[in-house]
Amino acid sequence: MSAAEHAAAAGPANSTEYITHHLTHLTVGEGFWSFHVDTIFMSVLLGIVTIGLFWSASRKATTGVPSKWQAFVEIVVEFIDTTVKEVFHLDRSFLAPLALTIFVWVFLMNAMDLLPLDLPGKIAGLFGLHHWRVVPTADANTTFAMSLTVLAVVLFYSVKAKGAGGYIHELFTAPFGSNPLLWIPNFVLNLVELLSKPVSLAMRLFGNMYAGELVFMLIALLGAGLFTWTLGSTFGFFGQIAMGAVWAIFRILIITLQAFIFMMLTVVYSAMATEHH
Amino acid sequence: MENLALIAQVQGYTAIALGLIIGLGAIGACIGIGIMGSKFLEAAARQPELIPTLQTRMFLLAGLIDAAFLIGVALAMFFAFANPLLARFG
Repeated sequence: MSAAEHAAAAGPANSTEYITHHLTHLTVGEGFWSFHVDTIFMSVLLGIVTIGLFWSASRKATTGVPSKWQAFVEIVVEFIDTTVKEVFHLDRSFLAPLALTIFVWVFLMNAMDLLPLDLPGKIAGLFGLHHWRVVPTADANTTFAMSLTVLAVVLFYSVKAKGAGGYIHELFTAPFGSNPLLWIPNFVLNLVELLSKPVSLAMRLFGNMYAGELVFMLIALLGAGLFTWTLGSTFGFFGQIAMGAVWAIFRILIITLQAFIFMMLTVVYSAMATEHH
Repeated sequence: MENLALIAQVQGYTAIALGLIIGLGAIGACIGIGIMGSKFLEAAARQPELIPTLQTRMFLLAGLIDAAFLIGVALAMFFAFANPLLARFG
């Protein structure tokens, strides 16, 4: 091992190094072709868990007295179905399952934030990996991938509801009017509206998860100086436990809320796309 | 030595900027949540039977209001630990 790797394996030299180490992805490749292996692995794993959970419920489903798991799945499915039905007035046989997948998958990915901070690193260390970021949605790649997919769904519903020609006509004539002088302003406004949706969707989820993870790291740094045995460092160690607990409880709310908001906005954007002007 | 002074200047200004980003964002988010929360409480007091519906909408709005602030915090944290403005100095 080189000297730098020796130093890294011996532990961080200062707090900035600790944080930047925890913020580094396990990357394969360079530049544009770099892949964040940890993000890809965790998101695929949690996707399989999501599908597996609901599939196992459907396998054992009974019309008699439901088991606890089946009752829980029914509650979730009914909640999503009611939410979609309130807003979206076309055939929801595609959108409601999409909303359910988004909600449960994003919730599980966000929930990885609640794992102890150094635990994934220790487990990855057993496999010889130096970095492992365990929250896929704290990586902008994941959130943008999902929001660009949502953009594709929105465009699909726009074309489906208004026809390709109708949709292009609307891009150039709404909201100001069909005078040819207004075509450029109309188009610019519609383009901004269309592009701001995936960007805000992705950045909202990314910002929430990234900032939350970072605050966990900053709280963890409080307890770092325990073995210097000063008054401040001892307070810091026990303060770290208390503050970490408070922040984790707050994060439980934010995790659920952000998953719900992502799902809700997907449904609302799709519903807006099918409205005629 | 000249280089060190320049790096220190960039870092100092970055620190001030981070404080402004987080502080001003927090002001906006908190005032927004306050206004929304007060309207919710008024409506709940006026029509208690609407509380479940309004509560769902309220949480949705809370997430949307916090969005810009948290994006600002994420950006500020990025500048705190991997300041791209220092790339000029190598």
